[in-house]
Amino acid sequence: MISMKNVSKWYGSFQVLADCSTEVAKGEVVVVCGPSGSGKSTLIKCVNALEPFQKGSITVEGISVGDPKTNLPKLRSRIGMVFQNFELFPHMTVTENLTLGQVKVLGRSIGEATEKGLKLLERVGLLAHKDKYPGQLSGGQQQRVAIARALSMDPIAMLFDEPTSALDPEMINEVLDVMVELAKEGMTMMVVTHEMGFARKVAHRVIFMDAGRIVEDANKEEFFGTPRSERAQQFLSKILHH
Amino acid sequence: MSGFDFDVIERSLPYLFREGMTFTLTLTALAMTGGIVFGTLLAMMRLSAFKPLSMLAGAYVNLMRSIPLVLVIFWFFFLVPYIGAWILREPNPIKVGTFWSALITFTMFEAAYYCEIMRAGIQSIARGQVWSGYALGLNYWQTMGKIVLPQAFRNMLPVLLTQTIILFQDTSLVYVISATDFLGAASKIANRDYRLVEMYSFVAIVYFAMSYGLSTLVRRLQQRIAIIR
Repeated sequence: MISMKNVSKWYGSFQVLADCSTEVAKGEVVVVCGPSGSGKSTLIKCVNALEPFQKGSITVEGISVGDPKTNLPKLRSRIGMVFQNFELFPHMTVTENLTLGQVKVLGRSIGEATEKGLKLLERVGLLAHKDKYPGQLSGGQQQRVAIARALSMDPIAMLFDEPTSALDPEMINEVLDVMVELAKEGMTMMVVTHEMGFARKVAHRVIFMDAGRIVEDANKEEFFGTPRSERAQQFLSKILHH
Repeated sequence: MSGFDFDVIERSLPYLFREGMTFTLTLTALAMTGGIVFGTLLAMMRLSAFKPLSMLAGAYVNLMRSIPLVLVIFWFFFLVPYIGAWILREPNPIKVGTFWSALITFTMFEAAYYCEIMRAGIQSIARGQVWSGYALGLNYWQTMGKIVLPQAFRNMLPVLLTQTIILFQDTSLVYVISATDFLGAASKIANRDYRLVEMYSFVAIVYFAMSYGLSTLVRRLQQRIAIIR
Protein backbone atom coordinates (compact mmCIF):
# COMPACT_ATOMS: atom_id res chain seq x y z
CA MET A 1 0.00 0.00 0.00
CA ILE A 2 2.83 2.35 0.91
CA SER A 3 5.97 1.87 -1.11
CA MET A 4 9.24 3.78 -0.76
CA LYS A 5 12.09 3.46 -3.18
CA ASN A 6 15.53 4.96 -2.59
CA VAL A 7 14.24 8.05 -0.81
CA SER A 8 16.93 10.63 -0.03
CA LYS A 9 16.51 14.03 1.55
CA TRP A 10 18.89 16.85 2.35
CA TYR A 11 18.61 19.93 4.54
CA GLY A 12 21.07 22.10 2.65
CA SER A 13 24.19 19.96 2.49
CA PHE A 14 23.15 17.80 5.44
CA GLN A 15 21.68 14.48 4.39
CA VAL A 16 18.79 13.43 6.65
CA LEU A 17 17.58 10.44 4.65
CA ALA A 18 19.80 8.20 2.57
CA ASP A 19 18.42 5.66 0.11
CA CYS A 20 15.48 4.54 2.21
CA SER A 21 13.38 1.76 0.71
CA THR A 22 10.56 -0.19 2.29
CA GLU A 23 7.03 -1.45 1.77
CA VAL A 24 3.99 -1.44 3.99
CA ALA A 25 1.27 -3.87 2.92
CA LYS A 26 -2.43 -3.44 3.59
CA GLY A 27 -3.25 -4.32 7.19
CA GLU A 28 0.38 -4.37 8.20
CA VAL A 29 1.70 -2.65 11.33
CA VAL A 30 5.26 -1.42 10.94
CA VAL A 31 7.17 0.11 13.84
CA VAL A 32 10.00 2.50 13.01
CA CYS A 33 12.60 2.97 15.74
CA GLY A 34 16.09 4.29 16.14
CA PRO A 35 18.10 6.86 18.08
CA SER A 36 17.00 10.49 18.00
CA GLY A 37 18.13 12.31 14.91
CA SER A 38 18.14 9.12 12.88
CA GLY A 39 15.52 10.48 10.50
CA LYS A 40 12.55 8.33 11.50
CA SER A 41 10.15 11.24 12.01
CA THR A 42 11.30 12.80 8.76
CA LEU A 43 10.77 9.51 6.94
CA ILE A 44 7.19 9.15 8.14
CA LYS A 45 6.42 12.78 7.26
CA CYS A 46 7.59 12.13 3.74
CA VAL A 47 4.79 9.59 3.32
CA ASN A 48 2.10 12.30 3.34
CA ALA A 49 4.40 14.97 1.89
CA LEU A 50 4.61 17.12 5.00
CA GLU A 51 8.33 16.93 4.31
CA PRO A 52 9.52 17.09 0.72
CA PHE A 53 12.28 14.76 -0.46
CA GLN A 54 14.74 15.27 -3.27
CA LYS A 55 15.42 11.78 -4.58
CA GLY A 56 13.58 8.51 -4.92
CA SER A 57 9.86 7.85 -4.94
CA ILE A 58 7.02 7.16 -2.54
CA THR A 59 3.66 5.84 -3.68
CA VAL A 60 0.50 5.37 -1.66
CA GLU A 61 -1.92 2.98 -3.35
CA GLY A 62 -0.08 3.66 -6.60
CA ILE A 63 -0.31 7.45 -6.33
CA SER A 64 3.06 9.16 -6.39
CA VAL A 65 3.58 11.48 -3.42
CA GLY A 66 6.44 13.44 -4.95
CA ASP A 67 4.68 14.11 -8.27
CA PRO A 68 3.83 17.84 -8.52
CA LYS A 69 0.61 16.90 -10.35
CA THR A 70 -0.68 14.83 -7.41
CA ASN A 71 -3.60 16.34 -5.53
CA LEU A 72 -1.86 16.41 -2.16
CA PRO A 73 -4.80 17.54 0.00
CA LYS A 74 -6.83 14.63 -1.37
CA LEU A 75 -4.01 12.16 -0.82
CA ARG A 76 -3.37 13.45 2.70
CA SER A 77 -7.05 13.25 3.61
CA ARG A 78 -6.86 9.48 3.08
CA ILE A 79 -3.88 9.04 5.40
CA GLY A 80 -4.44 9.72 9.08
CA MET A 81 -1.61 11.25 11.07
CA VAL A 82 -1.01 11.54 14.79
CA PHE A 83 1.71 13.86 16.09
CA GLN A 84 4.02 13.85 19.07
CA ASN A 85 2.51 17.07 20.45
CA PHE A 86 -1.10 16.12 19.58
CA GLU A 87 -1.60 19.30 17.54
CA LEU A 88 -5.28 19.60 18.29
CA PHE A 89 -6.61 23.00 17.33
CA PRO A 90 -6.64 24.89 20.65
CA HIS A 91 -9.22 27.45 19.58
CA MET A 92 -11.83 24.81 18.77
CA THR A 93 -13.80 22.46 20.99
CA VAL A 94 -13.16 18.74 20.84
CA THR A 95 -16.21 18.28 18.62
CA GLU A 96 -15.12 21.07 16.27
CA ASN A 97 -11.69 19.46 16.04
CA LEU A 98 -13.38 16.22 15.01
CA THR A 99 -15.66 17.73 12.38
CA LEU A 100 -13.44 20.34 10.67
CA GLY A 101 -11.75 17.98 8.22
CA GLN A 102 -14.89 15.97 7.55
CA VAL A 103 -16.87 19.08 6.61
CA LYS A 104 -14.16 21.05 4.79
CA VAL A 105 -12.41 18.22 3.00
CA LEU A 106 -14.91 15.39 2.66
CA GLY A 107 -17.91 17.68 2.25
CA ARG A 108 -19.99 15.95 4.90
CA SER A 109 -22.83 17.86 6.52
CA ILE A 110 -22.30 19.17 10.03
CA GLY A 111 -24.86 16.71 11.37
CA GLU A 112 -23.25 13.74 9.69
CA ALA A 113 -19.75 14.84 10.74
CA THR A 114 -20.81 15.41 14.33
CA GLU A 115 -22.46 12.00 14.53
CA LYS A 116 -19.32 10.33 13.20
CA GLY A 117 -17.07 12.39 15.46
CA LEU A 118 -19.05 11.60 18.59
CA LYS A 119 -19.11 7.91 17.75
CA LEU A 120 -15.31 7.92 17.55
CA LEU A 121 -15.06 10.01 20.69
CA GLU A 122 -17.08 7.39 22.51
CA ARG A 123 -14.79 4.73 21.16
CA VAL A 124 -11.74 6.42 22.71
CA GLY A 125 -13.73 6.90 25.91
CA LEU A 126 -14.00 10.68 25.87
CA LEU A 127 -17.61 11.39 24.94
CA ALA A 128 -18.10 13.34 28.17
CA HIS A 129 -15.48 15.84 27.05
CA LYS A 130 -17.01 16.70 23.68
CA ASP A 131 -17.61 20.37 24.46
CA LYS A 132 -14.27 21.05 26.13
CA TYR A 133 -11.29 22.81 24.63
CA PRO A 134 -8.06 20.82 24.17
CA GLY A 135 -6.34 22.89 26.87
CA GLN A 136 -8.78 21.51 29.42
CA LEU A 137 -7.76 17.89 28.73
CA SER A 138 -4.77 15.88 29.90
CA GLY A 139 -2.06 14.92 27.42
CA GLY A 140 -3.32 11.36 27.14
CA GLN A 141 -6.86 12.55 26.52
CA GLN A 142 -5.69 15.03 23.89
CA GLN A 143 -3.80 12.31 22.06
CA ARG A 144 -6.86 10.06 22.08
CA VAL A 145 -8.90 12.92 20.59
CA ALA A 146 -6.16 13.37 17.98
CA ILE A 147 -6.46 9.68 17.05
CA ALA A 148 -10.24 10.01 16.82
CA ARG A 149 -9.80 13.09 14.63
CA ALA A 150 -7.55 11.20 12.25
CA LEU A 151 -10.01 8.27 12.16
CA SER A 152 -12.92 10.60 11.41
CA MET A 153 -11.57 10.93 7.88
CA ASP A 154 -11.92 7.17 7.28
CA PRO A 155 -8.23 6.80 6.45
CA ILE A 156 -6.81 3.86 4.52
CA ALA A 157 -3.64 4.03 6.64
CA MET A 158 -2.46 5.74 9.81
CA LEU A 159 0.90 7.36 10.55
CA PHE A 160 2.00 7.87 14.15
CA ASP A 161 4.93 10.14 14.88
CA GLU A 162 6.13 9.34 18.41
CA PRO A 163 2.56 9.43 19.75
CA THR A 164 3.54 8.78 23.37
CA SER A 165 6.84 10.66 23.69
CA ALA A 166 5.29 13.83 25.05
CA LEU A 167 3.12 12.02 27.59
CA ASP A 168 3.57 11.50 31.30
CA PRO A 169 4.28 7.80 31.95
CA GLU A 170 0.90 7.10 33.54
CA MET A 171 -0.89 8.25 30.38
CA ILE A 172 1.07 6.24 27.87
CA ASN A 173 -1.03 3.11 28.20
CA GLU A 174 -4.39 4.74 27.57
CA VAL A 175 -3.04 5.87 24.20
CA LEU A 176 -1.29 2.60 23.40
CA ASP A 177 -4.48 0.67 24.20
CA VAL A 178 -6.35 2.60 21.53
CA MET A 179 -3.54 1.95 19.06
CA VAL A 180 -3.42 -1.77 19.86
CA GLU A 181 -7.14 -2.04 19.30
CA LEU A 182 -6.78 -0.25 15.99
CA ALA A 183 -3.99 -2.58 14.92
CA LYS A 184 -6.07 -5.61 15.82
CA GLU A 185 -8.88 -4.33 13.63
CA GLY A 186 -6.50 -4.54 10.69
CA MET A 187 -5.61 -0.85 10.20
CA THR A 188 -2.49 -0.28 8.15
CA MET A 189 -0.11 1.55 10.47
CA MET A 190 3.33 3.07 10.39
CA VAL A 191 4.41 3.94 13.90
CA VAL A 192 7.52 5.82 14.98
CA THR A 193 7.96 4.88 18.64
CA HIS A 194 10.33 3.72 21.33
CA GLU A 195 7.59 1.64 22.93
CA MET A 196 9.04 -1.80 22.31
CA GLY A 197 6.23 -3.39 24.30
CA PHE A 198 3.82 -2.08 21.69
CA ALA A 199 6.06 -3.35 18.91
CA ARG A 200 6.21 -6.83 20.47
CA LYS A 201 2.46 -6.93 20.93
CA VAL A 202 1.15 -5.79 17.55
CA ALA A 203 3.89 -5.02 15.05
CA HIS A 204 4.41 -7.26 12.05
CA ARG A 205 7.69 -5.67 11.13
CA VAL A 206 10.27 -3.42 12.73
CA ILE A 207 12.41 -0.91 10.87
CA PHE A 208 15.54 0.32 12.60
CA MET A 209 17.07 3.57 11.41
CA ASP A 210 20.41 5.18 12.11
CA ALA A 211 21.94 8.32 10.59
CA GLY A 212 19.28 8.58 7.90
CA ARG A 213 19.58 4.97 6.75
CA ILE A 214 17.29 2.02 7.17
CA VAL A 215 19.75 -0.29 8.88
CA GLU A 216 17.37 -3.11 9.59
CA ASP A 217 13.97 -4.02 8.19
CA ALA A 218 12.86 -7.34 9.62
CA ASN A 219 9.94 -9.34 10.93
CA LYS A 220 9.21 -8.68 14.56
CA GLU A 221 10.40 -12.11 15.74
CA GLU A 222 13.60 -11.80 13.81
CA PHE A 223 14.26 -8.26 15.01
CA PHE A 224 13.79 -8.99 18.69
CA GLY A 225 15.40 -12.44 18.45
CA THR A 226 18.60 -11.74 16.61
CA PRO A 227 19.06 -8.22 15.26
CA ARG A 228 21.65 -8.47 12.55
CA SER A 229 23.35 -5.10 12.88
CA GLU A 230 25.50 -4.18 15.82
CA ARG A 231 23.92 -0.74 15.95
CA ALA A 232 20.45 -2.23 16.43
CA GLN A 233 21.75 -4.60 19.11
CA GLN A 234 23.24 -1.70 21.04
CA PHE A 235 20.06 0.33 20.68
CA LEU A 236 17.84 -2.53 21.84
CA SER A 237 20.01 -3.35 24.84
CA LYS A 238 19.88 0.29 25.90
CA ILE A 239 16.17 0.78 25.64
CA LEU A 240 15.10 -2.65 26.83
CA HIS A 241 17.16 -2.42 30.01
CA HIS A 242 15.43 0.73 31.15
CA MET B 1 -8.49 83.41 33.79
CA SER B 2 -10.48 86.37 32.54
CA GLY B 3 -8.79 86.25 29.14
CA PHE B 4 -10.08 82.75 28.42
CA ASP B 5 -13.51 81.85 27.15
CA PHE B 6 -14.34 78.24 27.77
CA ASP B 7 -17.90 78.67 26.62
CA VAL B 8 -16.67 78.40 23.08
CA ILE B 9 -16.14 74.70 23.70
CA GLU B 10 -19.69 74.12 24.83
CA ARG B 11 -21.04 76.12 21.92
CA SER B 12 -19.05 74.13 19.39
CA LEU B 13 -19.56 70.67 20.91
CA PRO B 14 -22.20 69.56 18.38
CA TYR B 15 -19.98 70.55 15.47
CA LEU B 16 -16.83 69.07 17.02
CA PHE B 17 -18.38 65.68 17.67
CA ARG B 18 -21.04 65.32 15.00
CA GLU B 19 -18.75 66.43 12.23
CA GLY B 20 -15.21 66.06 13.52
CA MET B 21 -15.25 63.03 15.78
CA THR B 22 -17.52 61.12 13.42
CA PHE B 23 -15.00 61.64 10.63
CA THR B 24 -12.11 60.61 12.90
CA LEU B 25 -13.81 57.48 14.23
CA THR B 26 -15.13 56.38 10.84
CA LEU B 27 -11.71 56.83 9.31
CA THR B 28 -10.07 54.95 12.19
CA ALA B 29 -12.52 52.04 12.07
CA LEU B 30 -12.43 51.63 8.29
CA ALA B 31 -8.66 52.06 8.00
CA MET B 32 -8.19 49.55 10.81
CA THR B 33 -10.40 46.98 9.10
CA GLY B 34 -8.86 47.54 5.69
CA GLY B 35 -5.37 47.77 7.12
CA ILE B 36 -5.67 44.48 9.02
CA VAL B 37 -7.10 42.64 6.01
CA PHE B 38 -4.49 44.02 3.61
CA GLY B 39 -1.75 43.70 6.25
CA THR B 40 -2.61 40.04 6.83
CA LEU B 41 -2.39 39.35 3.10
CA LEU B 42 0.97 41.13 3.03
CA ALA B 43 2.15 39.04 5.98
CA MET B 44 1.15 35.84 4.17
CA MET B 45 3.03 37.08 1.11
CA ARG B 46 6.11 37.93 3.18
CA LEU B 47 6.11 34.42 4.63
CA SER B 48 5.56 32.77 1.26
CA ALA B 49 8.19 30.34 0.04
CA PHE B 50 7.78 31.90 -3.41
CA LYS B 51 10.59 34.46 -3.38
CA PRO B 52 9.24 37.18 -5.75
CA LEU B 53 6.04 37.37 -3.67
CA SER B 54 7.85 37.74 -0.35
CA MET B 55 10.28 40.26 -1.81
CA LEU B 56 7.46 42.35 -3.25
CA ALA B 57 5.63 42.44 0.09
CA GLY B 58 8.88 43.13 1.92
CA ALA B 59 9.69 46.04 -0.36
CA TYR B 60 6.22 47.51 0.11
CA VAL B 61 6.40 47.27 3.90
CA ASN B 62 9.88 48.79 4.04
CA LEU B 63 8.89 51.60 1.71
CA MET B 64 5.82 52.55 3.76
CA ARG B 65 7.73 52.37 7.01
CA SER B 66 10.51 54.58 5.70
CA ILE B 67 8.37 57.52 4.59
CA PRO B 68 6.87 60.03 7.05
CA LEU B 69 3.09 59.69 7.25
CA VAL B 70 2.45 63.34 6.36
CA LEU B 71 4.30 62.84 3.14
CA VAL B 72 2.27 59.73 2.30
CA ILE B 73 -0.94 61.65 2.96
CA PHE B 74 0.09 64.43 0.59
CA TRP B 75 1.43 62.02 -1.95
CA PHE B 76 -1.77 59.96 -2.12
CA PHE B 77 -3.94 63.07 -2.05
CA PHE B 78 -2.34 64.36 -5.23
CA LEU B 79 -1.69 61.01 -6.86
CA VAL B 80 -4.87 59.03 -6.24
CA PRO B 81 -7.00 61.14 -8.67
CA TYR B 82 -4.51 60.33 -11.43
CA ILE B 83 -4.27 56.64 -10.55
CA GLY B 84 -8.07 56.50 -10.44
CA ALA B 85 -8.27 58.12 -13.86
CA TRP B 86 -5.73 55.67 -15.19
CA ILE B 87 -7.59 52.65 -13.81
CA LEU B 88 -10.98 53.88 -15.05
CA ARG B 89 -9.48 55.11 -18.32
CA GLU B 90 -10.82 58.63 -17.79
CA PRO B 91 -9.04 61.49 -19.54
CA ASN B 92 -9.08 63.79 -16.49
CA PRO B 93 -8.09 63.20 -12.87
CA ILE B 94 -11.13 61.89 -11.01
CA LYS B 95 -12.47 63.65 -7.91
CA VAL B 96 -11.87 61.42 -4.92
CA GLY B 97 -12.63 63.71 -1.99
CA THR B 98 -10.66 64.12 1.18
CA PHE B 99 -12.35 61.29 3.05
CA TRP B 100 -11.68 58.62 0.44
CA SER B 101 -8.20 59.92 -0.16
CA ALA B 102 -7.48 59.76 3.57
CA LEU B 103 -9.04 56.30 3.87
CA ILE B 104 -6.95 54.88 1.04
CA THR B 105 -3.81 56.47 2.49
CA PHE B 106 -4.32 55.19 5.99
CA THR B 107 -5.32 51.72 4.84
CA MET B 108 -2.20 51.42 2.69
CA PHE B 109 0.08 52.97 5.29
CA GLU B 110 -1.20 51.11 8.35
CA ALA B 111 -1.24 47.83 6.42
CA ALA B 112 2.57 47.90 6.58
CA TYR B 113 2.47 48.04 10.37
CA TYR B 114 -0.37 45.55 10.75
CA CYS B 115 1.58 43.28 8.39
CA GLU B 116 4.55 43.14 10.74
CA ILE B 117 2.26 42.38 13.68
CA MET B 118 0.43 39.61 11.81
CA ARG B 119 3.71 38.20 10.55
CA ALA B 120 4.91 37.83 14.13
CA GLY B 121 1.53 36.33 15.00
CA ILE B 122 1.64 33.76 12.21
CA GLN B 123 5.20 32.83 13.14
CA SER B 124 4.14 32.34 16.75
CA ILE B 125 1.95 29.41 15.69
CA ALA B 126 3.83 26.12 15.95
CA ARG B 127 4.62 24.37 12.68
CA GLY B 128 2.82 21.31 13.95
CA GLN B 129 -0.48 23.18 13.72
CA VAL B 130 0.07 23.72 10.00
CA TRP B 131 1.14 20.11 9.55
CA SER B 132 -1.90 18.97 11.41
CA GLY B 133 -4.18 20.97 9.10
CA TYR B 134 -2.43 19.71 5.98
CA ALA B 135 -2.51 16.13 7.29
CA LEU B 136 -6.31 16.35 7.49
CA GLY B 137 -6.32 17.29 3.82
CA LEU B 138 -6.97 21.01 4.24
CA ASN B 139 -5.40 23.21 1.58
CA TYR B 140 -3.28 26.32 2.21
CA TRP B 141 -6.20 28.76 2.40
CA GLN B 142 -8.28 26.51 4.64
CA THR B 143 -5.32 25.89 6.96
CA MET B 144 -4.60 29.61 7.12
CA GLY B 145 -8.22 30.68 7.50
CA LYS B 146 -9.37 28.05 9.97
CA ILE B 147 -6.26 27.25 11.98
CA VAL B 148 -3.36 29.68 11.73
CA LEU B 149 -4.97 33.11 11.36
CA PRO B 150 -7.61 32.75 14.11
CA GLN B 151 -4.88 31.81 16.58
CA ALA B 152 -2.44 34.44 15.29
CA PHE B 153 -5.15 37.08 15.48
CA ARG B 154 -6.08 36.10 19.03
CA ASN B 155 -2.46 36.13 20.17
CA MET B 156 -1.83 39.51 18.57
CA LEU B 157 -5.11 41.22 19.50
CA PRO B 158 -3.55 43.50 22.15
CA VAL B 159 -0.79 44.59 19.78
CA LEU B 160 -3.26 45.14 16.94
CA LEU B 161 -5.38 47.31 19.21
CA THR B 162 -2.37 49.28 20.42
CA GLN B 163 -1.50 49.96 16.79
CA THR B 164 -5.10 51.09 16.28
CA ILE B 165 -4.73 53.62 19.09
CA ILE B 166 -1.72 55.02 17.25
CA LEU B 167 -3.81 55.06 14.07
CA PHE B 168 -6.56 56.93 15.91
CA GLN B 169 -4.08 59.63 16.90
CA ASP B 170 -2.42 59.68 13.49
CA THR B 171 -5.70 60.39 11.71
CA SER B 172 -5.42 63.95 13.09
CA LEU B 173 -2.79 64.52 10.39
CA VAL B 174 -5.53 64.67 7.75
CA TYR B 175 -5.97 68.29 8.65
CA VAL B 176 -3.08 68.97 6.26
CA ILE B 177 -5.43 68.14 3.39
CA SER B 178 -8.12 70.31 5.00
CA ALA B 179 -10.31 67.42 6.10
CA THR B 180 -12.68 68.16 8.95
CA ASP B 181 -11.67 65.53 11.43
CA PHE B 182 -11.86 66.18 15.17
CA LEU B 183 -8.69 68.28 15.19
CA GLY B 184 -9.58 69.94 11.90
CA ALA B 185 -13.01 70.94 13.21
CA ALA B 186 -11.52 72.33 16.40
CA SER B 187 -8.87 74.15 14.44
CA LYS B 188 -11.50 75.84 12.27
CA ILE B 189 -13.39 77.12 15.29
CA ALA B 190 -10.19 78.12 17.04
CA ASN B 191 -9.20 80.28 14.12
CA ARG B 192 -12.67 81.69 13.51
CA ASP B 193 -13.22 82.75 17.14
CA TYR B 194 -9.55 83.22 17.93
CA ARG B 195 -9.76 80.77 20.83
CA LEU B 196 -6.68 78.66 20.10
CA VAL B 197 -5.63 77.85 23.66
CA GLU B 198 -9.09 76.79 24.73
CA MET B 199 -9.80 74.64 21.68
CA TYR B 200 -6.43 72.93 21.44
CA SER B 201 -6.43 72.19 25.16
CA PHE B 202 -9.85 70.63 24.86
CA VAL B 203 -8.79 68.57 21.85
CA ALA B 204 -5.74 67.33 23.72
CA ILE B 205 -7.84 66.30 26.70
CA VAL B 206 -10.30 64.39 24.52
CA TYR B 207 -7.53 62.55 22.65
CA PHE B 208 -5.83 61.72 25.94
CA ALA B 209 -9.02 60.44 27.56
CA MET B 210 -9.96 58.24 24.62
CA SER B 211 -6.47 56.86 24.02
CA TYR B 212 -5.81 56.25 27.70
CA GLY B 213 -9.19 54.60 28.14
CA LEU B 214 -8.54 52.29 25.21
CA SER B 215 -5.06 51.33 26.30
CA THR B 216 -6.43 50.47 29.74
CA LEU B 217 -8.90 48.14 28.03
CA VAL B 218 -6.07 46.61 26.02
CA ARG B 219 -4.09 45.93 29.21
CA ARG B 220 -7.08 44.11 30.72
CA LEU B 221 -7.54 42.14 27.54
CA GLN B 222 -3.87 41.16 27.58
CA GLN B 223 -4.25 39.73 31.08
CA ARG B 224 -7.31 37.75 30.05
CA ILE B 225 -5.55 36.28 27.02
CA ALA B 226 -2.59 35.36 29.21
CA ILE B 227 -4.96 33.38 31.43
CA ILE B 228 -6.61 31.56 28.50
CA ARG B 229 -3.20 30.54 27.18
